[in-house]
Amino acid sequence: MEHVIDFKNVYKEFDGVDVLSNINLYIKQNEFMTLLGPSGCGKTTMLRIIGGFEEPTGGNVLLFGENIKGVPPYKRRVNTVFQRYALFPHLNVFENIAFGLKLKKTEKSVIKKRVEDMLKLVGLKNYGDRDVSRLSGGQQQRIAIARALVNEPEVLLLDEPLGALDLKFRQGMQLELKRMQKSLGITFVYVTHDQEEALTMSDAIAVMDEGVIQQVGTPEQIYNEPRNSFVADFIGESNIIDGIMKADYLVHFAGNDFKCLDRGFNENEPVRVVVRPEDIEITRGIKDGMITGTVTSTLFMGVHYEIRLDGKNGFEWLVHSTDQFQIGEEVGFILEPNDIHVMEASSYDNVRIDDMEAV
Amino acid sequence: MKQALHKNKMNNPFVGSRAFALPYYAWLAIFIIAPLILIVLYAFTRTGSGGVTVLTMENIVNAFSPTYMTVFGRSALYALAATAICLALGYPVAYLLSKMKANRAAIISILFILPMWMNFLLRTYAWRALLDNSGIINQLLMAIGLEPVQFLYTGGAVLFGLVYNFLPFMILPIYSVFQKMDTSYAIAAQDLGANRWQTFWKVTVPLTKSGIISGITMVFMPAMTTFVITRLLGGSHFMMYGDVIEMQFLLMSEWNFGSALAVIMLLLTIIFMWVMRKYDKEGEGAALM
Repeated sequence: MEHVIDFKNVYKEFDGVDVLSNINLYIKQNEFMTLLGPSGCGKTTMLRIIGGFEEPTGGNVLLFGENIKGVPPYKRRVNTVFQRYALFPHLNVFENIAFGLKLKKTEKSVIKKRVEDMLKLVGLKNYGDRDVSRLSGGQQQRIAIARALVNEPEVLLLDEPLGALDLKFRQGMQLELKRMQKSLGITFVYVTHDQEEALTMSDAIAVMDEGVIQQVGTPEQIYNEPRNSFVADFIGESNIIDGIMKADYLVHFAGNDFKCLDRGFNENEPVRVVVRPEDIEITRGIKDGMITGTVTSTLFMGVHYEIRLDGKNGFEWLVHSTDQFQIGEEVGFILEPNDIHVMEASSYDNVRIDDMEAV
Repeated sequence: MKQALHKNKMNNPFVGSRAFALPYYAWLAIFIIAPLILIVLYAFTRTGSGGVTVLTMENIVNAFSPTYMTVFGRSALYALAATAICLALGYPVAYLLSKMKANRAAIISILFILPMWMNFLLRTYAWRALLDNSGIINQLLMAIGLEPVQFLYTGGAVLFGLVYNFLPFMILPIYSVFQKMDTSYAIAAQDLGANRWQTFWKVTVPLTKSGIISGITMVFMPAMTTFVITRLLGGSHFMMYGDVIEMQFLLMSEWNFGSALAVIMLLLTIIFMWVMRKYDKEGEGAALM
């Protein structure tokens, strides 16, 4: 498939600080690509570079194979849905959506029809005469999307467009955005720090931290095979524990040897092991367990209980269970080979789950 | 429950605080409302034989005579021209100020405001000295071998005096709107295909409209009614409406006719403010009313 956008060795610095270092990324036609990472990771800068509001310090960005260095924003066939929408307060809903078409000297009747089609698409038929400041956050958000899409861009850039909406509405909009992207056949580049949002909507995710792309892949790949502990931590909750690779398919951690599906490490290489909390199935009684521990806290989360265990070797395990356990209960669990993900010990070993939740 | 509510109301600190506004109301009544009533009374009366005050429309009718309408037209023309020049000069300055780093903008806006700390009469007298036929500017011109230029007592000098005195009143309200303006609107416009020129006219100007209207009001109104500046710089050839009113009171002692002129000016002022208010939906300029 054709590459719509190509980042080639792009780096960017602000006042001597590297914001992006050596970014290489391609985005395919009609792909829903999400740039995911904590705030300050450089994802919005990448979006602004595509939109033409920032120029890279070095490297090239290609749009449909053409270098877009120095091309001003208004000449790029790219439109943006801004984080805080930036709807023009002096124009009503219709005029806001028609803004881009009017600039292109589109015929009045054509503008009218296309704006009305857009309003229908975003579910706000008959809202044309409304004042934008009178709309709710969700409605403003839809108008911002309509205002961008009416120009029929090749690429739609979305900068945390759902950030200001409440949870219920956000989930509805996620599905709707995905539906629009499919039906219109437009490439979406979506920036968010919300991993759930990224997993739900994306065809591909680029996980970023500190100006570096940590991993690119489908949501399944990113979730199931995180390449380093930053990705593992950022995408969902996980238990990350130091271990040693004894041989191919055999890893040692938490005082035990475990069979695993990973190979290609050096003998006795230090590694990090990721175990997802939902992959752990704890049972009462410890005799069967390869790992044992004491329940220190349980939280009811709706679908499951979030349980913390004090492991015998000082590691605190995070477990999701549909069964209820009491604090102080002794429990144990077995890990199957496909529950265990082995990664190289990367430079991101100081990232804690608690830190990430604060982002 | 009802009693509790009642008690709450009694304790409301805002109820009693109204008393603090009384001195202001008194001030308002004595120095603003009473003089207004007096002016209207004078405008519609004259002193008849034997010192008796009689009602009359004579003053108002006379005030609409061509002589005074010509003066009025001239005042309006000069005030409009001064406002247009202030807007053309002030808007870009306000924009540039808003783009500057805070401390640099502060220094430059102080430079604009600084002359306002001095009485405008003093400043206007200073300009007389500068623009005089044997003033510094003409001496410089002669020193480099040019003919001296008649600056004083020309329409240009009057216009210059108006612009010089009122320019800060144009810059400051526009500057404050620029400062508050979110740059994301301009970015969004460019994203939607507007070049710099289009962004300026379709987004920046409409979004700073309230500042423009405040500025126009704050320059046009005083420029329209000014009297000393015009006489000092323009001499007797450029008599403005304000000069005429002043003359009726101080020179001719025609308080009744002077009041009639003042009432007409007041009415036209109110009409002007009303029209400007129509253009200013956000109500920033209306705060001046």
